[in-house]
Amino acid sequence: MQDLLYFSQQLINGLTIGSAYALIAIGYTMVYGIIGMINFAHGEIYMIGAYTALIAITGLTALGLAWLPLILIVALLCAIIVSSSMGWAVERVAYRPVRGRHRLIPLISAIGMSIFLQNYVHLAQGSRNVGFPALIEGGFNFSADGAFEMSLSYMQITIFVTTLICMTALSLFISRSRTGRACRAVSQDLGMASLLGIDTNRIISATFVIGAALAAVAGLLLGMYYGSVDPLFGFIAGLKAFTAAVLGGIGSIPGAMLGGLILGVSESMTSGYLSGEYKDVVSFGLLILILLFKPTGLLGKPEVEKI
Amino acid sequence: MAANNYRHALFCAIVTLIISFPILGLNLEAQGVNITLTGAKTSTYIAIFMAAVAVFVFQAFRDSFMGMLGKLPTLNPLAHKEPMEQSKRVKLESWIMTGLLVLALFWPFFVSRGSVDLATLVLIYIMLALGLNVVVGLAGLLDLGYVAFYAVGAYTFALLSQYTGISFWMALPIGALLAGLFGLLLGFPVLRLRGDYLAIVTLGFGEIIRILLNNWTSLTGGPNGIGGIPDPTFFGMEFGRRVKEEGNTSFHETFGIAYSGEHKVIFLYLIALVLAVITALIIRRFMRMPVGRAWEALREDEIAARSLGLSRTAVKLSAFTIGAFFAGFAGTVFASKQGFISPESFVFLESAIILAIVVLGGMGSQLGVILAAIAVTILPELAREFSEYRMLIFGAAMVLMMVWRPQGMLPMKRIHIKLHKQE
Repeated sequence: MQDLLYFSQQLINGLTIGSAYALIAIGYTMVYGIIGMINFAHGEIYMIGAYTALIAITGLTALGLAWLPLILIVALLCAIIVSSSMGWAVERVAYRPVRGRHRLIPLISAIGMSIFLQNYVHLAQGSRNVGFPALIEGGFNFSADGAFEMSLSYMQITIFVTTLICMTALSLFISRSRTGRACRAVSQDLGMASLLGIDTNRIISATFVIGAALAAVAGLLLGMYYGSVDPLFGFIAGLKAFTAAVLGGIGSIPGAMLGGLILGVSESMTSGYLSGEYKDVVSFGLLILILLFKPTGLLGKPEVEKI
Repeated sequence: MAANNYRHALFCAIVTLIISFPILGLNLEAQGVNITLTGAKTSTYIAIFMAAVAVFVFQAFRDSFMGMLGKLPTLNPLAHKEPMEQSKRVKLESWIMTGLLVLALFWPFFVSRGSVDLATLVLIYIMLALGLNVVVGLAGLLDLGYVAFYAVGAYTFALLSQYTGISFWMALPIGALLAGLFGLLLGFPVLRLRGDYLAIVTLGFGEIIRILLNNWTSLTGGPNGIGGIPDPTFFGMEFGRRVKEEGNTSFHETFGIAYSGEHKVIFLYLIALVLAVITALIIRRFMRMPVGRAWEALREDEIAARSLGLSRTAVKLSAFTIGAFFAGFAGTVFASKQGFISPESFVFLESAIILAIVVLGGMGSQLGVILAAIAVTILPELAREFSEYRMLIFGAAMVLMMVWRPQGMLPMKRIHIKLHKQE
């Protein structure tokens, strides 16, 4: 019983982190699906989302607002607006001019952008990590015989529910709306889509904006969950989310969700049963193994090399 | 069209405000457990506003600006000149190289100790950049974990000197070979991957090495690093004031000159110089050998190169291993120069800096890479008051370079012979 509780605790923690990874991974996978580049600066967009949310929360509290749901919703909106604008601007400045050139050129441009954004926040907000207030406290506790308590906090439930809402909304958007249909068309064949009258530049911008908005949601959630943010916050999270996207099959949205969950669980199992220090090693090791043995990921389609 | 232009310009200006105002204008400050929000200086707000106005003006009159930019080359006196002839260019480049070398040989004797130390660091970066140039510039494999091989070289020397008391000269080949071996072992499975996947896998590998160095405390000392790494010796002569080992002689006693701390610094500088020259020469030979041509062929068109019978794995692996080998070389020199190493020195940012050097210099071009290494290392030292903006400018420079001049400052030109029509 004891072991089972411990195991379920790790599972819950893993699923919590994993669902947030999945939110970030969507941004990578959608961009890759449409223009075939790794948006290296995506982790920084997520970090900026977390910072904006924290700034909004602090500002609203200072203004005397006390009703928690309102604070959270306003903070979330602020984060989404700032991150989406950032995502739009990054695509416009750094990626659109180099689109269609040799594969490495957009990637190097993205790395440059990532360094730039990291230092932008570093210069503006300082390099020290800033504490994120725990706004959602408490939770359910389960215990067998008093020795080990398994807890499911309200924060974790919030993360699950928010992720679920975002994912459902995204799926509906992609499958039902006009823009969503255009997104799918562009990801299948960019040239053909533009011949049929779809404004591909607009769709690509929309992809960046959607990805950035989801990253901002993840930024608020994970910032609150971890309890602090710093300018380097986005780098590792971005890499993890990329791993999740590759794990599920890059370019596939359900794949990103699945990959995020698997990665989160395997990470928390490592911290739970081995050592917390090696959890990054496990996720990078996982990435290398997947790329070696199944480069298309779990749900990805094989890519055919055209001559 | 005009109204549309203004609408777009207004939109861009608003986006500029949105992305700069919350982050720049409102600062989070931790006071005890509480976090408060303070406004920035008035000048910051003015700057944000000016930036938005600038974006608006640029976007609104974009077409006329671009038209003016299009006319600019006519003002440039060099634009009408024929590009320099191939043979002349090669000659000029080799003259510049020789000039740099002669300058590098003599100047440490006339400048301060600090400058020589900095110059040694520049030379280490030159070695690293030349090595990465083989991988990225010539073979077109984006390696984001290059610093891992540098770490292997440095830690090999540090650990061997700690446990077996090995000297610098023994460690140099061992460190480089071990780094090359790591490159071979990593490269074997991952080189089947396509460009951008390869970049991420190498990045992951670099992080794994760093995390291992950080956490394997019993062997590597963890975040505390390893200290007491010995200096190189001059034919067995030590550079300290007193000899550490029994029966050894010290440099200043043998030559009958007064002890000076500068001897060691200059000696280390000269070693780095010689090694950098060796690196450059070896890679220069490789570039002209069949394997060098195969690297470039594979970079330009993998399918065509394979259909002509090149073995993809062998060619890529050779580039990867050679690149790693020189990183190990540089790592050993770095360990000896610092006397102390810790995982702090081998973070991803270091890989990004080396990559930026290669990209700025012009992928594949040796002279370009050397000049870029000098610029990237020395410029931040000269402009110390701007040192905190260094990485910001770095990132921006990488993006701008890719947008305007992806081939770099001094792009590589293949040495070729033009056949003239027979009279």
